[in-house]
Amino acid sequence: MAAHLKKRVYEEFSKVVQIPHEEAPSKKLRLSKPSKSAALHVDLCKASNSTDALQYLLQFARKPVEVESVEGVVRILLEHYYKETDNSVRLKIASLLGLLSKTQGFTPDCIVDDAINTLSNEKSHQVLAQLLDTLLVIGSQLPDTPTIRLRLIHVACKHLSDTYFGVRNKCLQLLGCLGTLETVVNRDGPAPGPSQGGARDVQSIISDYFGDQDPRVRTAALKAMLQLHERGMKIHQVIYEQACRLLSDDYEQVRSAAVQMVWVLSLLYPESIVPIPSSNEEIRLVDDAFGKISHMVSDGSWMVRVQAAKTLGSMLQVSPHFLVQTLDKKLMSDLRRKRTAHERAKELFTSGEFSSGRKWADDAPKEKLDRNTVNLIASGACGAFVHGLEDEMFEVRIAAVEALCQLARSSPSFAEKCLDFLVDMFNDEIEEVRLQSIHVLREISTHITLREDQLDTVLAVLEDSSRDIREALHELLCYTNVSTKECIQLALLELLKNLNKYPTDRNSVWKCLKFLGSRHPTLVLPLVPELLSTHPYFDTPEPDMDDPAYIAVLVLVFNAAKSCPTMPALFSDHTFRHYAYLRDSLSHLVPPLRLPGRKQVFGLDSVDSGSGSASVESAQLFLQQSLHRVSTIQNLEAPEARELLNFTIRDLQRLGELQTELAGAADFCATFLRCQLLLMKALQEKLWNVAVPLCLKQNVTATAAAQQILEETYKLEFLYSGLESRQVATIHHVRLQAKALQLILYARSRQGLDPLISCCEKFLQDVESFQRLFLSELPHLQDSFMDRVCELLPRLTSCKPVEMVKILQSTLRQSGLLQLSLPEQIHRATATIIEPTGESDNPLRFTSGLVVALDIDATLEHVNDPQNTVKVQVLYPDGQSHVIHPKPGDFRKPGPHRHRLITQVYLSHTAWTEPSQVEVRLLLAYSSSSSSSSSRLGWSDGADGVIPPSEATVEGTIPFSKPVKVYIMPKPARR
Amino acid sequence: MPEIKVTPLGAGQDVGRSCILVSIGGKNIMLDCGMHMGYNDDRRFPDFSYITQNGRLTDFLDCVIISHFHLDHCGALPYMSEMVGYDGPIYMTHPTKAICPILLEDFRKITVDKKGETNFFTSQMIKDCMKKVVPLNLHQTVQVDDELELKAYYAGHVLGAAMVLIKVGSESVVYTGDYNMTPDRHLGAAWIDKCRPDILISESTYATTIRDSKRCRERDFLKKVHESIERGGKVLIPVFALGRAQELCILLETFWERMNLKAPIYFSTGLTEKANHYYKLFITWTNQKIRKTFVQRNMFEFKHIKAFDRSYADNPGPMVVFATPGMLHAGQSLQIFKKWAGNEKNMVIMPGYCVQGTIGHKILNGQRKLEMEGRSTLDVKLQVEYMSFSAHADAKGIMQLIRMAEPRNMLLVHGEALKMEFLKGKIEQEFNIDCYMPANGETITVSTNPSVPVDISLNLLKREMALGGPLPDPKKPRTMHGTLIMKENSMKLVSSEQALKELGLNEHQLRFTCRVQLQDPHSDLDTLHRIYTHLKSLLKGYTIQHVPDGTVMVESIVIKVSSSAEDPNNKVLLLSWSYQDEDLGSFLSSLLKKGLPSGLC
Repeated sequence: MAAHLKKRVYEEFSKVVQIPHEEAPSKKLRLSKPSKSAALHVDLCKASNSTDALQYLLQFARKPVEVESVEGVVRILLEHYYKETDNSVRLKIASLLGLLSKTQGFTPDCIVDDAINTLSNEKSHQVLAQLLDTLLVIGSQLPDTPTIRLRLIHVACKHLSDTYFGVRNKCLQLLGCLGTLETVVNRDGPAPGPSQGGARDVQSIISDYFGDQDPRVRTAALKAMLQLHERGMKIHQVIYEQACRLLSDDYEQVRSAAVQMVWVLSLLYPESIVPIPSSNEEIRLVDDAFGKISHMVSDGSWMVRVQAAKTLGSMLQVSPHFLVQTLDKKLMSDLRRKRTAHERAKELFTSGEFSSGRKWADDAPKEKLDRNTVNLIASGACGAFVHGLEDEMFEVRIAAVEALCQLARSSPSFAEKCLDFLVDMFNDEIEEVRLQSIHVLREISTHITLREDQLDTVLAVLEDSSRDIREALHELLCYTNVSTKECIQLALLELLKNLNKYPTDRNSVWKCLKFLGSRHPTLVLPLVPELLSTHPYFDTPEPDMDDPAYIAVLVLVFNAAKSCPTMPALFSDHTFRHYAYLRDSLSHLVPPLRLPGRKQVFGLDSVDSGSGSASVESAQLFLQQSLHRVSTIQNLEAPEARELLNFTIRDLQRLGELQTELAGAADFCATFLRCQLLLMKALQEKLWNVAVPLCLKQNVTATAAAQQILEETYKLEFLYSGLESRQVATIHHVRLQAKALQLILYARSRQGLDPLISCCEKFLQDVESFQRLFLSELPHLQDSFMDRVCELLPRLTSCKPVEMVKILQSTLRQSGLLQLSLPEQIHRATATIIEPTGESDNPLRFTSGLVVALDIDATLEHVNDPQNTVKVQVLYPDGQSHVIHPKPGDFRKPGPHRHRLITQVYLSHTAWTEPSQVEVRLLLAYSSSSSSSSSRLGWSDGADGVIPPSEATVEGTIPFSKPVKVYIMPKPARR
Repeated sequence: MPEIKVTPLGAGQDVGRSCILVSIGGKNIMLDCGMHMGYNDDRRFPDFSYITQNGRLTDFLDCVIISHFHLDHCGALPYMSEMVGYDGPIYMTHPTKAICPILLEDFRKITVDKKGETNFFTSQMIKDCMKKVVPLNLHQTVQVDDELELKAYYAGHVLGAAMVLIKVGSESVVYTGDYNMTPDRHLGAAWIDKCRPDILISESTYATTIRDSKRCRERDFLKKVHESIERGGKVLIPVFALGRAQELCILLETFWERMNLKAPIYFSTGLTEKANHYYKLFITWTNQKIRKTFVQRNMFEFKHIKAFDRSYADNPGPMVVFATPGMLHAGQSLQIFKKWAGNEKNMVIMPGYCVQGTIGHKILNGQRKLEMEGRSTLDVKLQVEYMSFSAHADAKGIMQLIRMAEPRNMLLVHGEALKMEFLKGKIEQEFNIDCYMPANGETITVSTNPSVPVDISLNLLKREMALGGPLPDPKKPRTMHGTLIMKENSMKLVSSEQALKELGLNEHQLRFTCRVQLQDPHSDLDTLHRIYTHLKSLLKGYTIQHVPDGTVMVESIVIKVSSSAEDPNNKVLLLSWSYQDEDLGSFLSSLLKKGLPSGLC
């Protein structure tokens, strides 16, 4: 009882002491801090047993601690630590210390000593390990205090001889994270074995533990060494041999780390020479390492195999003959050498006969092998990739394919060799692997030319039911070189077959043929009569122009004809007609041709094609000039200024249509100028000089104009990519002007003062945030509306709303046009819905109330982060609209700045009597700090005069694709 | 020296009739119990009289292990257990246990019902036999009795095939059965951990072959089928019911799925339907792809493959038919072949080896006119293709397995002698281990060097640790003092005091005494003092005491001085030490023999 009382007294006492102690440095923080540490302290003291204490600590750990109170908390924890007898509580305290020292803004140098002190008395191994972990955290928080580092390293070395693996692990980790090669450590204390010469560097200490009895410690040692490497220390070559020995360790995590270690060393010392054991030859280290890692591709553990296969891909310095070995696997049957199927295929091809394996004994073994030369366990790299590509786990196969790709990109001869293997992978059972190998082949396709038999295998995949695979393959064919005209014919045939089987691939197939044609004009030339089915004497029937297959053939031929001037001579009359038609309808697929006797076509085409880059330049110049012209607008009278703006907008729009490279910029400027025009019109209305009740009508139009400007600014801000902060500032400026206009109009139309006050406040907030956001841009906005507002800001904030509105009105009317400067590249986000086409006359019938799935296929250009921004909108004839968020998986990225959306939207409706059309369009969602939706809500709650936003717009979104109409027919359910 | 004995009763330098006896640590185990396809007489089954002339086998065998369901590995099982007589446990994996009786029943039907043999096992016997089966799971350690334990590893080859690790104490044997180191369309690759067995008993069917990549073969196969279907032809694939047939089905099924093909695929009914059912059930035994996707769809629930009916063969249009048996020698496959042989658009694909004399063999060798029964001839116009799909490890695979398991000795079975010879040489050369290839009935004896585990008392261990630093260095053996007590089959190492206490013995002291003659003119006491100072200067770090009763104590060694009666200068030193201080004692005696240096005071 006495003891209990004493404890109580102590408790009370310490509580009293703690609070003033904590209060001194914490004046600013008011109540939160002292209460925190004190509460913890009280809790810990109250804890009658260790379980309670642990509970308190766990609860405490859930809440964050402010920077200022960290040290106090640490002191309390340490105090309790010394008193505590229970291991688990001490362990928790130790881990809390680590957590606390990670607190942002807290420098833990003041607690280093205490933490190190606690180590010396600790008996429990687990707690010791946790304390070392804490030290590691502290050490990594203090990167530039060498003395503390050195101390920590000494501590780590001292505990390296602990019997518990966890402690050794942590020590090694500490050495890896903090040690430097220069640090020389005196190894004293009760170290086992002979302490070699006293002073040793960190690296050799770590490497001692490569031979530890515990695999976890071995792994930790390797990891620590890798950590040293990552921190930029140069690791000595000495440990190469040790690392190689660890490749045959019994434990997979050790082997996996050893693979990394060997790899790192091979990168550091590629050219040094190592001896081959059991012979007196020597090879380069990188070759040796390559051989050893290749060996790991047939390891027992698949994690190691993945690691090894991945690693191989980055060893680009390896000698070519080692590289070639990875694809080599000597086949034998019954001790006789057999040729691989690849070799056989090649031979058949070169001998001119194309067919394989009709005979049973086709693969009959040829020459007899000498027993002694057959090497079953190929030393070194032999067949590493052959194994990797045949592995059981697809992870390994993918890693191997990727490694092949990396190696092949740097070595054309290797690319040639690995072609067969990659083509084989097109037949893998897992789609991911197939897709990956197609991509890889595309990447290395610049190095290779496909043989006919290889092309045949590649083309077989065109019938795959997976759209991704087919499109990847089309992409591949775009970049492929083939060797003979038969190949072209074969490819065309298979593509047409594909087109026939999967009509939705139309665009992709045409594009593929376009590249195929322009790449191989000479190979296409001899095929032309056959392809166009022309006959020297007879007129052949004119093919159907709407047949996608015929278009495909024409695309191939026209693209080939572009660089083959003799080809048009082979065309028949209707071909020329079709050319003219296609050139107009599918201008992106059909190039301009110089056709004899077709002057009008020739003349027209030469405009866009004649001087490619020069025309862009002149257009650019034109753009600049128009902008410059607009900047002189101040000097003009209102009607002329309006006229000028109108013309400039028209010019720019036309320019955008003509010059696709500048479409984004021209559009951007046009929209911007339209905003200015609207603003100008609104401000020049007569209503400003007339009494309020007399001009309700004008008021309405001005309000509409303000609303429209707001919308346009959002388009400007979010629809265009490549904007710099200058342009964004300009856009925001226009928006502010619009808001000011709205405010003024609002003030004119309303009598109530309270809503006006809140509106004024809101406007001031907007101004403030504008200043904050574009501080650096303010100098560029001289003489603008904003500039003046900023000057007047002190007055505005102090004056009454009515007065403020007056000031704003005059400023707005006086302020001039803002000069727009153009950034390098502006692109407008566009979307094209490929599917549905909207041409179908057959309504999609379904039972009302149930759903019908509609396939949507669209390409998006210049959209950032489409997964979050692109939505699909469905508009029903009765004005209902639904917005659908596509899954992130529905977006594919076929190229830079290009996305593909392939998704399904579900439509549903109650019954209709007649089939009718719904509209489908894509929306670009945006969110800005002051998004239009909130402002619109703020304004429109009581504003009768404001026209509600048009039906089609959805809050916070911009429609950016042409709507497509889909004919649907929900039928009433039959009972 | 303990020994492991291995005797093949079948499959020694031969393929078929696998049956291997192993004696390890006093236990007798039978590995597989197969029949030989090539014989119809007594040679068909292994010679069980090797084990015992008369009477039941139960007394001589501790257990029987069946590696997989192929008849050359389990065909003789009912004969052995029911007709010869064996009541002990039979171990096999779950899929093997499920499929094995189907095949045995089929085998029995053919032998008894078709060929009319008598004195063969009955259906009841198969059932009784299967009741003795204990199922194994992969990587599960099963205790047969207190000492003998088994552990199964995945072997690929066919569904449920397993490699077995047999372990008695620290001696162990691994039997591979048939295995496959490269994955195929429905099974994964064999895998074993680094268990370092004393003997690895491996099959060696393809001892001299290194095979081409599986992908090429698959691609060729699919291409041929596809081309033929596109031409509108019919494709016949003669198969044996289990194993490869499922692989080819999966292959075609996925291809049809991928390529969106519509032509029907048929499978001749019978055995396969039952077996397919088990393939559906034992998903865990299949490869990664099937395991990963079975939640959406079980790959063995074929969408495109339907049961075949006799009348379908005359249907127009393209189709693919799998029909049994595999060598076109009889049955449905032959009937269909006859129907389709005349059309050059059709095709037959032989997915495996054909025995000489069968029609399969003939057409593969290019024969275009076949003589049928009743002196009619058949013109073979259809295309004939050969495609080898085999699921045994090739030479490289065998080497890879050896590398994985790291055995101390190697033993080859299930292969041809000449080919084994080659592989044996290679193994000995590459791994530097002994390799054996016994013939049937020949016994191989391998002596092992098992480590004997000894319990050590914690106190003793801690004491030793305290002496030599905290960390034991795994590379350096260390000597320690202790007493080994062997008691009731267990051994323990304890400190000598504890041993005495445990055994109830009294401690005996062993002391050595030694006299050293010394010429010294001083008195006894002085001499003693001189000795004391001499030793004090030499032996630093030892406690040396000059005890007032006229002795010097160095640690526990007592030194006394007495002068002889005749010559007072001739001093006799009496040294006495106990057995424990032997080192120090003998050092002191040799030191004192040299005499005292003159410079001492």
